[in-house]
Formats: sequence, C-alpha cells, structure tokens
Amino acid sequence: MHLALFFIFGGLAVLAALNLLLQRHPINSALSLVVVMMSLAVLYWSLGAEFLAAAQIIVYSGAVMVLFVFVIMLLNAGEEERTRGSKIASIAGFPGAAAIFCLLSFVFLSEGHKLGLSHLGGSLDEASSNISQISSLLFTDLLLPFEVTSVLILVAILGAVVLAKKER
Amino acid sequence: MHLSDFQLFVLITIIKIAVVLVITLTAVAYTVLLERKVIGRIQNRWGPSRVGPFGLLQPLADGIKLFLKEDLMPMSVERPLFVAAPVIALACALVSVAVVPFGQTFKIRGVDIFEVSNVNIGLLVILGITSIGVYGIALSGWSSNNKYSLMGSLRASSQVISYELALGLSLVGVVLRAGSLNLRDIVNSQIGHGFLSWNFFGGLQFVGFFIYIMAAYAETNRAPFDLPEAESELVAGYHTEYSSMKFAMFFMAEYANMLTVSCVATLLFFGGASSPFEGWIPAFGPTWLQAILPIFWFVAKVFSFLFLYIWVRATLPRFRYDQLMSFGWKFLLPLAMANILATSLVMALRS
Repeated sequence: MHLALFFIFGGLAVLAALNLLLQRHPINSALSLVVVMMSLAVLYWSLGAEFLAAAQIIVYSGAVMVLFVFVIMLLNAGEEERTRGSKIASIAGFPGAAAIFCLLSFVFLSEGHKLGLSHLGGSLDEASSNISQISSLLFTDLLLPFEVTSVLILVAILGAVVLAKKER
Repeated sequence: MHLSDFQLFVLITIIKIAVVLVITLTAVAYTVLLERKVIGRIQNRWGPSRVGPFGLLQPLADGIKLFLKEDLMPMSVERPLFVAAPVIALACALVSVAVVPFGQTFKIRGVDIFEVSNVNIGLLVILGITSIGVYGIALSGWSSNNKYSLMGSLRASSQVISYELALGLSLVGVVLRAGSLNLRDIVNSQIGHGFLSWNFFGGLQFVGFFIYIMAAYAETNRAPFDLPEAESELVAGYHTEYSSMKFAMFFMAEYANMLTVSCVATLLFFGGASSPFEGWIPAFGPTWLQAILPIFWFVAKVFSFLFLYIWVRATLPRFRYDQLMSFGWKFLLPLAMANILATSLVMALRS
C-alpha cells in the first residue's frame, strides 16, 4: 500500500518537475511546481511525518506558490521564446548536474544510517502525532538555528518594506 | 457472505463518503434557498415561493436550469485552466468535510461511522485544503482573459492570503487548550459541564471565535468582504466569463466552504456534537437515540452559523479595499497574537 503510494507520487513529482522545465508559459510552470510540492507532501505523510506534510501544503503550495502565481498574473507575463541555449550551459551544465546527482546519491547510499533512516508507513498506524516531539526539538536543541532563521525572514520583510517605501 | 476486516472497512468507508457527499450537496442546495428566503424576509418580501410548497423545490429548479443552459466558452480563454479552475474550487470545498466528526464516537465492527476519516492533524488538513482552494479562484480569473475577472481574482487571492494568517492564529488558543490537532480530541476536550465547558464560554476563547468568524467570512469571500465579486465594480468578479455547470460549480464551492467554516466553528468553539446539557441530564432512550441525538445538536449549531452568515450579509455593507487590508493586518492579526499570549499565560498560571 505505502509502496504503491510512494511509486505513484514519486513518479508524479518527477513528471511535474520535468513539466516545470519544459512548459513555456510561466503559469503552467508554477502550477507544475505546486504539483511537485503536493506529491512531496504525500511522500512525507507516507513516511510518518504528518506535520511536515501539512506544513508543506499550507506554507509552500498554499502561500508561497499562490504568491508566485499572483505575481505572474499581475505582471501578465507572456510565453517564453524557445532558444537554443548557450554552449557554456550545455558543456558545464549537464556534467555538473550529473556530478552533483552522483555525489548526492553516493552520500545517501553510503552514509544513510548516519543521517537517520525512516521506513514507509512510519508511525502512521499509531494514533500519536509527532507535533510535540517536533516542538520540543525546535525549542531546545535547535533553538539557535530556529531563532536565526526567523531573524533572517524578518530582515527580508524589512528589506521589502524599505524597497516599497523608497519613492516619496 | 463473509467479509474480511479490510473489505468491511473499505465498504463502510465508501458508503460513508457517498452519504456525506450527498448530504453536503443537498445542504448546499438548501442553503441557497435558505439565503434567498431569509434575505427576502429581512428585506420585507417573500423570497422564492412558487416552486413546490413554500418554494421548497426551488433548488431543484435552479439545478435543472443550470444543467440545461448552454456552456459558453469564450474565444480567447486559456482552455485547460479555464476548465480546471471550477473543478479545483469545488473539489477543495468538498474534500474538507471528510475530516469533520459530525457525531459522537459510535463504532460498528471497529469502524467509526459518524466521521469519514479520523486524521490526527485534522485541523491542519482543513486549513491546507482551504489554502489550496485559492487556486480555483486565482486561475479562473487569469484564464478568462477578462480584466474584470483578473481584478476579481487578484483581489480574492490577496484577501485570502492575508486573512489566512489571522484565521490560523485565532485557532491556536483552542489547540493549546486541547493539546491536539485531532478534531475528535478537540471536541472531547470540551465535554463535562454542558455548554459551560465549550471553548466559547468556559475556555474564554470568545476573542478567538470572533477573530475566526471574521477571518472566515473574508476567506469564503462572503459579505461584508465580498470584494472579489463586487457586482457594482467588477460585473461578477472572477466568474464573469463562466456559464452553465462551470458557474454552478463555483457557486456550490462558495456554499460548501460556508458549510465547512460553520462546521469548524461548531467543532472548535461550540463543543461539536455534544449537547449543551451534557453531564447535567443523564443519557436517556435506546442506543439508536443516543447515537442520533448528537447529530441533531451538530446540525442545529451548523444551521445557526449558516443563518448568521446570511444575517450578516443582509445587514452589513461592503468594505473598501484598503479598509479590508488594514482591518486584517492591523487589527485582527495583532489581536489573534494577543489572544495566543493571554491563553498560554492563563494556562501556564493554572497548571
């Protein structure tokens, strides 16, 4: 059951990511990205991380991507033209991407047990939720990174306000 | 015939989904009639009264009319998205009913029959599905290739994003008190002393409730926050170019969203399916009555929230756009944060 879900939504995520690159209209690309986010959420859920799945949907597909779509609609961006692409991109890009893919898969395959493993089905069968675990981790061991991230976001908001207020 | 546990589970679940879907759609149709009737009476006229006794068959006539109308497709629309938008809107509106527990726990062979699915993050599922529903509105306006539609959908998406924050934060107080995101647990945290143990009265969450109800009216694009379809400025807003069944789907999505909002308000602030005299009057009657009676209370509470929706629509004029934004960001959001602080402070002092 969980394996079937994994194959369906993993495949959907890959297909939508390819569609994101191949589509010529920005709105279609943005919508493919939404599909990627939602299939990732299903994968998180099938691994037993239901809070992460819900946060993924609410934050990424519900807020961030809506803003993307909003901006694309507001700017009335038209279809992109298809170009041949620069030579440097094809010379450096494809080997570079392949190298990163190899490196990442090597790290995950050889050092997987150090990063921590999760198995399909996870803790879904239990009636417990992992929210209390996440929050106690966030507010004890990971407090510094958590606070630094929020300050970072605050700085970004302040920057946006400064940019918007400039002309007056 | 002998069924295994899994087959039985699948069978009962499919039956539950079908029944809940039919009831939801009927409720949507009759909410439209209720709205027309109540607004009619408030404006000192009768409302629909010709089709059937007291106009009770009016939804049927409306449905037939919308089915049989010609399905127009303007020349320069973005075809796939134009078709997909109403489907997204309606699907998101209907799916969120699935996690609502509309009765007390009542198990037949290990399967709870008064709730389609008991998810341990039910509240977040509802919030997530609501936030996906924006795409229906946003895409409909953009793909229609019409400036009024585009303006309507831009207004709708900015309004929904802005009020989603206040909506989510207003519910944190309730979640803190229940200590769970499971809707069944939240309801169970409010039983014991009748209506005094509901979050609205005993939990002192009335500030949270009023923030929730205002943000939810904005979230469902209803009066007094119905700027996305302000007919005096934008023709009909995002669904200007839609006709026939596609228009009907937007219409149904709006009312199904109202229904979901009323269900969530009932569950979180008014004790869900529990009766206001719970714990004071001992349970009476046969088992089937004890199973049915909570559903009656749930329906009564949801009905009163739907009535409130209509009452508000008939009473209040529409906000201006800048008023809408400053109300959401400068009043509701800080108030919701203050509510969280106060609730957690009181809880910390009591424990």
